[in-house]
Amino acid sequence: MSFLTVAFAALFYAATLLLVVGLARRISLYWRTPAPLKIPTTPAPVTQGGVVLRMFREVVFFESLFKSTKWTWLFGWVFHMALFAVLFRHLRYFTEAESIMAVVTFVSPLFKYLAFAMIIGLLGLWGRRLFVDRVRYISAPSDHLMLLLLLLIGISGAMTTFVAHTDVVMVKAFFRSLMTFSFSDMPNLPNDPFIVVHLLLVAVLMIIFPISKLLHAPGVFFSPTRNQVDNPREQRHIADWARKLEQ
Amino acid sequence: MAKADFEIPELKEFPEVPPVVPGTMAHSQPFIAKPEFQESLNFPGELVDDWHDKAIDAMGDLLGKYRSLQVYLDSCVKCGACTDKCHYYLGTSDPKNMPVGRQDLLRKVYRRYFTFAGKYFPKLVGAEDLTKEVLDDWYVYFHQCSQCRRCSVFCPYGIDTAEISMAAREIMDRIGVGQKYCNEIIGKVYKIGNNLGLPEAALADTLEGLEEDVEDETGVAVKYPLDVKGADILLVTPSADFFAEPHVDGLIGYGKVFHEAGVSWTLSSKASEAANFGMFIGSYENMRRVSMRIREAALELGVKRIIFGECGHAWRVAYSFLNTLAGPFDFLDPKYPVPQHILEFTWGEMQKGTLNIDKSANDDMVVTFHDSCNVARASRMGPEPGGQFKIPRNVIKAVCNRFVDMAPETIHEKTFCCGGGGGLLTDDLMELRVKGAKPRMEALKNVIEEHGVTNMAAICAICKSQFTKVLPYYGMDMDMIVSVHQLVSNAIVLTGQTNDDDDDEDESAGDED
Repeated sequence: MSFLTVAFAALFYAATLLLVVGLARRISLYWRTPAPLKIPTTPAPVTQGGVVLRMFREVVFFESLFKSTKWTWLFGWVFHMALFAVLFRHLRYFTEAESIMAVVTFVSPLFKYLAFAMIIGLLGLWGRRLFVDRVRYISAPSDHLMLLLLLLIGISGAMTTFVAHTDVVMVKAFFRSLMTFSFSDMPNLPNDPFIVVHLLLVAVLMIIFPISKLLHAPGVFFSPTRNQVDNPREQRHIADWARKLEQ
Repeated sequence: MAKADFEIPELKEFPEVPPVVPGTMAHSQPFIAKPEFQESLNFPGELVDDWHDKAIDAMGDLLGKYRSLQVYLDSCVKCGACTDKCHYYLGTSDPKNMPVGRQDLLRKVYRRYFTFAGKYFPKLVGAEDLTKEVLDDWYVYFHQCSQCRRCSVFCPYGIDTAEISMAAREIMDRIGVGQKYCNEIIGKVYKIGNNLGLPEAALADTLEGLEEDVEDETGVAVKYPLDVKGADILLVTPSADFFAEPHVDGLIGYGKVFHEAGVSWTLSSKASEAANFGMFIGSYENMRRVSMRIREAALELGVKRIIFGECGHAWRVAYSFLNTLAGPFDFLDPKYPVPQHILEFTWGEMQKGTLNIDKSANDDMVVTFHDSCNVARASRMGPEPGGQFKIPRNVIKAVCNRFVDMAPETIHEKTFCCGGGGGLLTDDLMELRVKGAKPRMEALKNVIEEHGVTNMAAICAICKSQFTKVLPYYGMDMDMIVSVHQLVSNAIVLTGQTNDDDDDEDESAGDED
């Protein structure tokens, strides 16, 4: 095995561990922290089913952002949806299941072009960050770097598809052996710059996910203004620490 | 036009988002609470010596108690969706009045002390040490948030700046830096029973005066009872309703509605205040203590129902929190929601047909309606979501022939705060209040010019006081503001009412039964 292959194997194990453990800890923190008061932003659903629908609209259509600013919504929504489509296409590197492979192969001819939508979305978001004075004011260096990181991941990935084809069979074999811990038949990663950069940056993204603003992804599901049922008069809602005040 | 030593914003036909001008409101801050007021709320009298460590401890404590705070400090991606949504930013251009700008004052300290990135790469993620300068900034800008939640409507993660402001104020209170206006008022509630410090005798006098006025005017003996044991309904209303204009006209209206509905009701001298400033300072303990008075009054008087008068944040605390803070209310009649809003009651009576209404009594007005922020975005009326928008309008339309709404992006869930909510209704913040009212004033001016609107109805004591004070700065008449139940009061024809001389048409007289 090449040094590159060994290094990337180690890197991806570490990155996966940090991502999974980091996110699990964060989600567990959100889960354990009580919400002592009913604070849904009203009008809010009066049933649990309604809350599920509200959350669905929020997560899938970015409903609140749509109400706010159409440009940010457009770029943000296009970026996220394209990202999910592209990620879905990446399943082919991780699974042997024929049914999934069939779907991925079916959508691939279309989905691969969504890499461009993703890049355009990111450029649009960065444009707002640079040129709208209010958004520029609230941007820290990390906010710019996050966009740069995602852009480089998108561009390097697109390069391997559209400019300098990577040996995807080898890449898949590499990740399959990582996933199955079968190191004896682990192939060397293709030694071309775009895939190396792409994989390196993806590992960086995985590592910083649980310690950055990317926590908005689990965060939205725990947002009390969005996930609470509007029924305070019907059901008494009280946190454990608040109940102690009553004794 | 009222005089001011600051520039009054110019109202535009098409509202604009102003460019960022840092520091325009850095000088604005309310008076600090004196030690005696701090101590009656169980807070240290003045800035404690180890304030830095105490503040970080307090932040850690609140992070463990409030999921909202923990999730919201983590989740912001700085997308900018909220940046043009706060009335204080729109009125002042100060970027620390953008919701995210305000949150970041707390978030940068959170990141520095509670996150990996902030501990090791502070510059990268905009994390900062808690210094005296940062604390001063907190005091200045967390007292420029009226906790109206407009930002939370537009945030893709529902981040509510009100939650952040409340936490910041609680942290400051715990290290001895309290705001005079809020904390002095809460102290008065504990000591006397209401925000204004009206003792029982004065209250009784006032109510007696109201009874005389109504009887003089209508010939009907409408009662405004106080501390009547065994009454069915306990009415809890903001103390401004006892004497401020136009609030008191609303109280007169509640009494007339109860009278016509034939229910027995009472006010309480113990719970002679609907407002709960404990919410403004983010103090669960104080909010609970203030709420408990209402439970105790209801138990002592033996009432069956609790109804709240017209007040915005009071209705939020009542509707959303009262069951949590002072429940369960299993000793009340389970047929009725606890608590109810006076508008739910009045609209219910209107549907039953118990009220005899002469709409022409309000024909001298073209009315618009200001949705109060806390009612609109933090509570509900009636069984359906959005009832908080429909029921007040239904009632207004039932008593007024001419009603016009303001621009859609300024009403319902997108309503603008009056500029005086959240514990900012104090003269030491006059500049902020005037500038923060700008978006509402703009929308109002447009319906005045386009539709000849003469009056704006409100259902919140703070909104009413704030507009009364601020309208003259914008060249409008302070008497434009009316209570919704004032409109009801004008139009209601009491059973056995003798007509005033100035009643225009004889037809309406025939409506009496």
